[in-house]
Amino acid sequence: MAQTYIGAPIKRREDIRFVTGRGTYTDDIKLPRMLHAAILRSPRAHARIRSIDTAKAEALPGVVWVFTLRDIGEAAVPVPMRMYKIAGLERYLQPLLAQNKVRYMGEPIAVAIAESRYLAEDALDAVEVQYEDLPEVLEVAAALRDDVLVHEEAGTNLAAVHEIKIGDAAGAFAQADYTRREMFRVHRHTGNPMETRGLVADFDPGKRELTVYGMTKLLHYNRQVIAAFLKLPEHNLHFIENDIGGGFGIRGELYPEDFLIPFASVRLGRPVKWIEDRREHLMAANHSREVSCEIEIAARRDGTLLALRAKIYGNMGAYIRTHGGLVPCSTAALLPGPYRIRHYECKIHCVVTNKTGMGTYRAPGRYESCFFRERLLDMVAADLNLDPVELRRKNLIQPEEIPYEIGITRPGANPTVLDSANFPSALDRGLREFGYEELKTFQGRLMNGRYHGIGVAYFVKNTGGLEPYEGARVALGDGPTVAVYLSINVLGQGHETAMAQICGDSLGVPMEWISVFHGNTDLVPFGWGTFASRGTVMCGNAVHLAALQLKQKLLTIAGERLSRDPAELELREGAVYQKDSQTPALDLKDLVSHARESIRQTPGQPALEETAYFTSNQLTHSYGVHLAHVAVEPETGRVEILKYLVVEDVGRCINPLLVHGQAVGAAVQGIGGTLLEELVYGENGQLLTTTFRDYPLPSSTDVPPIESLVLEEAPSPLNPLGVKGAGEGGIVGTGAVLANAVSHALSSLGVEVKELPLSLDRVRALIRSRP
Amino acid sequence: MSVKHTVRLTVNQKPYEKLVEARTTLADFLRNELELTGTHLGCEHGVCGACTVLLNGDAVRSCLLLAVQANGAEISTVEGLAQGEELHPLQKAFQDQHALQCGFCTPGFLMTAVAFLKSTPKPTDAEAREAISGNICRCTGYQPIVQAILQAAREGAVEQKRNFSAG
Amino acid sequence: MKPAPFEYFSPDEIDDALELLSRHGEDGKILAGGQSLMPLMNLRLARPRVIVDINRLAALDYISPGAGGELTIGALTRQRSLEQSTVVKDRNPLLAATMPLIGHFQIRNRGTIGGSLAHADPAAELPAVSLALDVEFVVKSAVGERRIPAREFFLGYMTTAIEPTELLTEIRVPGWRPGSRWAIEEVARRRGDFAIVGVVVLLQLSGAGLCEKARLALFGVGDHPVRISRGEEILIGNRPESNIFKEVAKAVAEELDPTSDVHASQEYRKEVGAFLTRKALQTAMARTGEAASQ
Repeated sequence: MAQTYIGAPIKRREDIRFVTGRGTYTDDIKLPRMLHAAILRSPRAHARIRSIDTAKAEALPGVVWVFTLRDIGEAAVPVPMRMYKIAGLERYLQPLLAQNKVRYMGEPIAVAIAESRYLAEDALDAVEVQYEDLPEVLEVAAALRDDVLVHEEAGTNLAAVHEIKIGDAAGAFAQADYTRREMFRVHRHTGNPMETRGLVADFDPGKRELTVYGMTKLLHYNRQVIAAFLKLPEHNLHFIENDIGGGFGIRGELYPEDFLIPFASVRLGRPVKWIEDRREHLMAANHSREVSCEIEIAARRDGTLLALRAKIYGNMGAYIRTHGGLVPCSTAALLPGPYRIRHYECKIHCVVTNKTGMGTYRAPGRYESCFFRERLLDMVAADLNLDPVELRRKNLIQPEEIPYEIGITRPGANPTVLDSANFPSALDRGLREFGYEELKTFQGRLMNGRYHGIGVAYFVKNTGGLEPYEGARVALGDGPTVAVYLSINVLGQGHETAMAQICGDSLGVPMEWISVFHGNTDLVPFGWGTFASRGTVMCGNAVHLAALQLKQKLLTIAGERLSRDPAELELREGAVYQKDSQTPALDLKDLVSHARESIRQTPGQPALEETAYFTSNQLTHSYGVHLAHVAVEPETGRVEILKYLVVEDVGRCINPLLVHGQAVGAAVQGIGGTLLEELVYGENGQLLTTTFRDYPLPSSTDVPPIESLVLEEAPSPLNPLGVKGAGEGGIVGTGAVLANAVSHALSSLGVEVKELPLSLDRVRALIRSRP
Repeated sequence: MSVKHTVRLTVNQKPYEKLVEARTTLADFLRNELELTGTHLGCEHGVCGACTVLLNGDAVRSCLLLAVQANGAEISTVEGLAQGEELHPLQKAFQDQHALQCGFCTPGFLMTAVAFLKSTPKPTDAEAREAISGNICRCTGYQPIVQAILQAAREGAVEQKRNFSAG
Repeated sequence: MKPAPFEYFSPDEIDDALELLSRHGEDGKILAGGQSLMPLMNLRLARPRVIVDINRLAALDYISPGAGGELTIGALTRQRSLEQSTVVKDRNPLLAATMPLIGHFQIRNRGTIGGSLAHADPAAELPAVSLALDVEFVVKSAVGERRIPAREFFLGYMTTAIEPTELLTEIRVPGWRPGSRWAIEEVARRRGDFAIVGVVVLLQLSGAGLCEKARLALFGVGDHPVRISRGEEILIGNRPESNIFKEVAKAVAEELDPTSDVHASQEYRKEVGAFLTRKALQTAMARTGEAASQ
């Protein structure tokens, strides 16, 4: 296969429509007779609903309908779990609308449908709801006492427990020279894509077909669930994503609105649009990251790590959403990281509280576990008088030990196997690139009124067969042109370019011929979606396989046409060549017309297309290092990042422009999450951070230029392209590395970081707590 | 209270006249009444900058203006930047530098950058970074956006005769 | 997130605006730059029945230097105009230095000086600066005009001495005394955010280098900006230097009674208020006392 596109920094073809304002995001869709929805949300954290009166609202001009759960009737199933369905969690699913009780601020209660969004919001103002307040429970420790029950019928707030047991941790602890136990906590924060969620549902009563725009991430699965809810044949539903303003884990999961808006369209026989506003997004879309961990480590005096024991607590919020127990379970799954730790035990607790439900945010669980482990390792290094880097180097799994089986760390899954890696090399290259040895001389020093610290954090990030397949269809058309249809969707990454690169190389045609289509359930009948950095790993390989199959088919037809053995032919640069010849034997335009015309004489299949599915139930593991140099102003608690490097081995890099873009963007997102962002609950369970004024996202002046080093030393053996996913490595280590850097900076004060965020107030509080 | 007000204005040099409710924001007016959906709404409370347009040449948040307030004004939006198929130097630089991923915030950054380069044609890295600090991007980490603005400045974005120079 | 309905007026003349305000009283709300009011309306946290949009009152958009070095500024003057004004830069370096701290340039393109002062966000810069500068506010109503000194202007959380029937028309800034030492320091979570805590210092020194007049105003520390009189008293009559600054900072920490919110705790604000006070005093004294031209 002549390689011309894979690995090249090719500019994105999708950019033109975005820079000219011609993208089509959900709110840009306008259909005839379209109505607008707005959703009444609970202002209370925990209350019984005495009554809901919609009469006044429905009487307003321009208001078409205001409905509650009662109007949905028997069909009103709760939002189901999709994954990590640990036994017990099924008791805590979210109803489509609250009827008797609300359990978090922001819970949907009623839906108003009107001629405009303005009028729909007027209707919400006129709905009268009577509440009887109940005491709320917000934190895990309080919830575990079960004094206040979020779901009385379940009888407990401890929704589920899952245990991991690898080796004999108790035995290892009993014999260890050294042990240490710590409590760590990551704060609640979330993805906040710039485009909020939104849907346009358009039911055609004549054809009994429903088209929904704005569905993302998991189009096929979502369609299956919504079809069952609406009692329509699955293929009568067409789910289309359009252009999407960012995902980051939060978008595209099923939420109550994904049922309510299609339901309203079916009932009214008119298109209905709902666009989530930012306040709703912050209140009601998945929160994430709020995981605490009691962790214990055993080691030899020389720093050899022996065993890890942990208790992990996920604050799941009021309802278990589509991800089930994913966030705390993923925290546990890679807690041992890239280190040789033979004995590992972990008990995961999913706890419900009166907060918004928890779901994924970019690198869910991995950000958390990286912080827990890497922070602890720095403490171990200090205790044992070892350099933090040397401690890590000593315990990294060596290349000759790869593939390395950790054991079963995910519920109901295969054992976790680190598929390919050169962990020491990535560390060394990172240290060199960063200039670690020179910068280390600043470690802990007070210079010009600020304490300097250098942090290191190692991460591993898994992806791939988290759902078992993706598909692609590749078709050759007149022109000649090539169409690539993907089973997945795109949230802004650049798949239209990257998939064209893969297809161009694998099929042997110029990229300019190729159009990439995605995000529509009608294109490829089966699929999962784009999440967890798996798009290129799963669907990229499906494109590769489909292109190879199509190439074989084309060469066979060319062989017939040229009366040659197809094995003597090859397809490159868009033409069929006899091997070793520089003159094309047949161009593809001829081949297309031959295929279309010859069928008049000889019955056969006219389609010059192939569909392939790449299936896998195994995970690839990208890995790498984050390095940061910070300065902390002790009087204000301000952490300034002076230098930041992300190193990630992605197995194989399809387009370095896009891979670096992912790394840098993810790092900035993670830095914001670590320094600035927090979803804060106050008195009576009120969420206090419902605007961007109270929930500050990082802006250009809050972050340094990020350096990114992309490695391709360890291609994955688990897929033909050798890719490992590149969307999350940039965020995984941000919390850990900044916590380590700040802890080193403040070491002379005798304080260290055990909780995030590292906001001004928290860092100042940490300094204030010095002994 | 359905009293409607007449709004006459030009957008990208094209005149429009519409009747709107007083409460209609300029952003909604552009998007819904004029079907210029390139201007996006990311927060509707003036923080994210996705809805930035030029009002008589000045960059403003269109979610914090009422359409009636723009009566008589000249508005420029992202749709007016390219001339036909020829991209504005900033648009080209954004693609060259991979300064966008999902693209949702991009129109706001472009309009901010257009206004910025008009007043600061030869910015430093720090000035460019400062200029975009009132716009939020969740994908790129800002660095490529800064690079794109510097590239456009080098390539003379402001010397070109463009539609958005009103005011 | 769309505003509730309202009745809308945009008078061209001040008298018409005043007539509208007197007619609608409590129901009426003045819309100036809209950078604070519009978010509240979009969130439906503010639901005015009547909007009196003053953006067409061109007569309120001016910066006039007076003979005695004072500045009179029309309430509708955009923050961006003040930022770019050479008159302001020459006459009042403190005011000039304050403008870039307000939001971002897109905000300042619309935001007005009068709007910010009348909105009286406790974390905003301009209200505290107006206290330090001893400005005078000119407010008009259908029945007349009155002048309110800054010290009597800020009454409580987003509450000023302006009556619902009144319109803030002018801000009168006293002449800048050459050689004045000044500083504005703040800690905000991000560039352009409202401050968590901020300090404004303005000192006038005698020929002998003793402090003759001191203004010390803090913002972000309560429901309205405050002057710390005890701190000012400590400065007066003394040579402003490090041991005095320490004392002033201590007084600030003792006098402040800030509240906790999502951005910072009460303790943080007290500590950082004291720290910024010292820093501002040092910054002020480190200036060579650049002269504002008369």
